Amino acid sequence: MLKKEIKEIIDKSKKWGWVLEPDAQKIFSLYGFKTPKYGVATEAAQAVSLARQIGYPVVAKIVSPAIIHKSDVKGVVVGIKDDEMLVRTLERLSKLDGFVGMLIAEMAKGLELIIGAKNDIQFGPMILLGMGGVGVEIYKDVSLRMAPLKVCDADHMINGLVARKLLAGYRGSEPINMEALKKTLTNFSKLMMDMQDIVESIDLNPVMCTAKSCIVVDSRIMLKK
Amino acid sequence: MDLKPLFEPRTMAVIGISATNDRHPANVIFAKNHLRYPVEVYAVNPKGGKLHSETIYPNVTDIPRKIDLAVIATRAELVPDVMADCIKAGVKSAAVISGGFTEGGRKDLQDRMVSMAREAKFPFIGPNCLGVYVPFKVDTFFLPIERMIKPEAGGVTFVSQSGGILVDHMIKFAQQGVGLAKAISIGNKAFIKEKELLAYLAKDPTTKVIAYYIEGFGEGEGRDFVLAADCSPKPVIIMKSGKTAAGNRAVSSHTASLAGDYASFSAAIAQHNILEAANELELVSFCEVLSSYTKPIEGNIGIITGSGGHGAMAVDACSLAGIKVPELSEPTKAEIKKNLTDNIQAIAALGNPVDLTGSAIDEDFVACAKLMGASAEIDCVIVLLLPYLPGMTLDIGVKLSSVSKQFNKPFIVYVPQVEKYTMLIEGFELNGIPVSPSIEGAVLMAKALARRQPC
Repeated sequence: MLKKEIKEIIDKSKKWGWVLEPDAQKIFSLYGFKTPKYGVATEAAQAVSLARQIGYPVVAKIVSPAIIHKSDVKGVVVGIKDDEMLVRTLERLSKLDGFVGMLIAEMAKGLELIIGAKNDIQFGPMILLGMGGVGVEIYKDVSLRMAPLKVCDADHMINGLVARKLLAGYRGSEPINMEALKKTLTNFSKLMMDMQDIVESIDLNPVMCTAKSCIVVDSRIMLKK
Repeated sequence: MDLKPLFEPRTMAVIGISATNDRHPANVIFAKNHLRYPVEVYAVNPKGGKLHSETIYPNVTDIPRKIDLAVIATRAELVPDVMADCIKAGVKSAAVISGGFTEGGRKDLQDRMVSMAREAKFPFIGPNCLGVYVPFKVDTFFLPIERMIKPEAGGVTFVSQSGGILVDHMIKFAQQGVGLAKAISIGNKAFIKEKELLAYLAKDPTTKVIAYYIEGFGEGEGRDFVLAADCSPKPVIIMKSGKTAAGNRAVSSHTASLAGDYASFSAAIAQHNILEAANELELVSFCEVLSSYTKPIEGNIGIITGSGGHGAMAVDACSLAGIKVPELSEPTKAEIKKNLTDNIQAIAALGNPVDLTGSAIDEDFVACAKLMGASAEIDCVIVLLLPYLPGMTLDIGVKLSSVSKQFNKPFIVYVPQVEKYTMLIEGFELNGIPVSPSIEGAVLMAKALARRQPC
């Protein structure tokens, strides 16, 4: 069963066909996923106070119902160190198509993964795990499974990646927390089963995984037409 | 719904017979079953009259016997009414051969048939299909009898969305000595679909392996099918086409782009213990080996060969297929060497592959096979046989088959396929040892046995 707050967000988003990032992030944190600290600002003073509260460096992202792929329009700025750079970024982003605000979030580090879901016409909800970031469609190092996932399905998905050695710690890098990743995957599959009637596809890209945890840094929920 | 009348009818009506055209599909079907199969066949056409010396009944309701199977080969627009007559007459099942339904823009006709069949619990396959071929029972394929290639009766049931692919694979099965239990063409699969057949075939005593050719599932039907197949007591194989069709559709998320229709298909079936055959060679190889052996292996292959090159090719193919060819332990090597004939003791290579060389005789192969059969290091033996070597006899098949049985370990054999070697090949095949005409095919057979177990 979906929480009332989640249903309200979905209803509000139907007119755009997708869920804006701050709302999507809200859904994931309501569902028990770890997300970075964030807030949305529309003017300079508000942005500065928000960024100071979160603590520099921060990342800023455009919020606009007209912009699905933020990177394509330089709508994501990482490593903002001070008030000045923050305000300049706000000035630029506020000129982009459909601007409704600027999302300011804590910088997260870790191994970039993509976790996604898709409502397949033949097989229903499918879950995807892969190496994330902007290169995701170039390398195509992904595992796919039909939801709902059992814990052993999550194991198979991780072992199915070419990059599994990177996850397990490669040449001195720390291994990521596999239990946290598996829990994120199974919880995500549960969410997708709950939302299968309303959702077309979901990208969590990237999910940042470290030795400690997996954090959903960016998310996009496409709704059924 | 009982599908038995469809596959083992005692009485059959062929509807849509022509009084004048013997090449009409209905006439071909009538002729090939009449007096050839253990089924009474009745011809039907509204005009009545005679087909040669046989009565043509104007309606299926006029036939004096209860009909198990109606083969419907009339024009599409007549089929719903014909089906209503069949239901009224208490016919137990139907194969609708006629085309011209959803594939020809007449979804309305097909929908009428389906709602009628659903209400009356009347099982029918098709439309737009060849129907069923069951060795020694029935044959509704409208292909003249002298043109058909029929494999031996055996354990594989092949269900196909395409009639042409089905008939082609009957030829391939016949060539490769793969035995057929049933060939089922489902065409538009309006009512009886993959899943209903899976349920029936899982209990069918003649079927040991269930193979499908699938272009695509209907909405949500893939999920239902794979969940059912996961519990199947018999191996399920799918060969899929249409892998690229939807690849270029514009999508707005990375996941939707990466998890395209085929990627999802392939992942979902593998997750549910279904073996995907990438092509015809895999399909035929998988069907052949799984009708001989059902127990899965870990995949530690022992290779016995009469030529180093063949051994090397097989090792490469194993590596590509993700199965191991472990080096034999020193004691096993020593034991093998001790049991070889004097001539080859010094020249045989004993690692793995064991290369017995062109000087080997039957007894060397048998000795090596016995030791690999007994060794816990190996769970499947691939024998690469070159019948043209001077020390080989035609009895090698029988000799190695008995070793395989003695140790209850799967043996797979490669023999080049020419008519001259048929007796040698049959020495294996008739004793339940699968033989492939290519090294790659032999390795694919081992791969099928080593398929990943579901979690």
